[in-house]
Amino acid sequence: MPEITYFSPDGTQTTLDARDGDSVMETAVKNGVKGIVAECGGACACATCHVYVDEAFTDAVGEPGDLEDDMLDGTAAERLPNSRLSCQLKMNPALNGLTVRIAPKQI
Amino acid sequence: MDGRILIIGAGQAGMQIAVTLRDEGFAGEVTIVGDEAYGPYQRPPLSKAYLAGNSDVESLELRAEHFYTDQAIEMVTGETIVDVRLGEPGSSDAGIATAASGRTFEFDRLAITPGSTPRRLPIEGADLGGVLYLRSLADADALKKRWTAAENLVVIGGGFIGLEVAAAARTAGKTVTVIEVADRLMARAVSSTTSEFYHGAHERRGTRVVLEAQLARIVGDAGQVTGVELAGAGAAKGEFIPADIVMVGIGVIARGELADKLGLDNINGAIVVNEYAETSDPRIVAAGDAVLLPHPLGHDGQVRLESVQNAVDQAKVAAKTLIGIREVHRAVPWFWSDQGDLKLQIAGLSTGFDQIVERGSQESEKFSVLYYRDGRLLAIDAVNDPIDYIAVRRALDTGAEIPAELAADSSVALKTLITSREA
Repeated sequence: MPEITYFSPDGTQTTLDARDGDSVMETAVKNGVKGIVAECGGACACATCHVYVDEAFTDAVGEPGDLEDDMLDGTAAERLPNSRLSCQLKMNPALNGLTVRIAPKQI
Repeated sequence: MDGRILIIGAGQAGMQIAVTLRDEGFAGEVTIVGDEAYGPYQRPPLSKAYLAGNSDVESLELRAEHFYTDQAIEMVTGETIVDVRLGEPGSSDAGIATAASGRTFEFDRLAITPGSTPRRLPIEGADLGGVLYLRSLADADALKKRWTAAENLVVIGGGFIGLEVAAAARTAGKTVTVIEVADRLMARAVSSTTSEFYHGAHERRGTRVVLEAQLARIVGDAGQVTGVELAGAGAAKGEFIPADIVMVGIGVIARGELADKLGLDNINGAIVVNEYAETSDPRIVAAGDAVLLPHPLGHDGQVRLESVQNAVDQAKVAAKTLIGIREVHRAVPWFWSDQGDLKLQIAGLSTGFDQIVERGSQESEKFSVLYYRDGRLLAIDAVNDPIDYIAVRRALDTGAEIPAELAADSSVALKTLITSREA
């Protein structure tokens, strides 16, 4: 199972085994990781699961889709080049060891 | 603070009450009792990704099983509460809830999140096999079971659920007819501008939409549905439409049994609460679909909201009330509906609008409709236009305005037009 490490805004670090195919958002929410709100449950409808992806994984995660790209313009915390909506990042073996920093403000 | 808190109802609101209690440091016992076989799960994907085969049961879970254990939240599934007795007011007597199995749950404070149930179709043939509703995971599984082999799908009701299922069926190559009694689609949720666009868009993709349609009966053979027969006025009078599946999506009603049992003020089963999620009995809070709450943006009147956002935000308020934190959240209602490749996002409540501003282009299927009353921004319907949606949601969140006369210029980004409301 691919491993993800989350850095929450309060400084907590959490490492979890993700189920293959679950999103980075789902893995966080199901396990109670603080900081990801994910109001819409992964429908790319709310922009409240904003994370900054470690640059070592830029190629592995790929580019955001058009809709996600538009939604990222509306995030509450600053959008950076490595900003993603974590509901759109599906875990797979290539993402083993992924590290994300959770945006300090989601709403 | 300690004591025992019982939450009756294991949906999104029930779960959120428990989570918020722990987040706020409540150290007493927390028990959630639900009547379904599963712990709390997401319902919105049932008519979307789940039906399309893009998600499974485990991916619908709102929290992993170990989360409840870790948080010392007792999750009880498969138990239907049939009786609740409260302790004497002012005494330290515990309340007791009794399940159909005979199992009892003692509590000091009580939260109820009964949720809602699909409105049933009172018509000949409605009990035939293949006449389905969609609310629970069990409903979705029943629908999926017939899905692959079905060629003709008739959807009764042109609201969110009906149109989402229609879009999924059409995408899967089925022949789809939507039958709606009103003169337009999604009449309760959006204005005629948005309704008419969706009508056209669904037809362009091959779904037949019949408005102002009256059903005579549902027709079957050997206990299984074979089609529907129309009645009433209009061109389609008396027509027979073949169907392997009849999906009924004509709205939901609050599950009011518990409210009645507890003697709580309710209107058609919808439990009346104040801004602190307190029912007419101050010992009981309620949240979710089954609740009639004061308008969440401070306008006149009460509303019942069927949405994840409302379940979550109201549950947070209810949890705080239970442990003595008096806090009202200003919560912007929002909704979404994915109908195939059309993403509808709504922020705010458009009820009572007197002016509409349209942006973007319906031809390109990317546009938004802003609603105003007395020049004040009320709401937005955004179709494939998350940027406008986010801008309006943000403005409503902060009590700001987007002047209508400026919003009409689609070449200007809405977020640059957000201005503080004058005092």
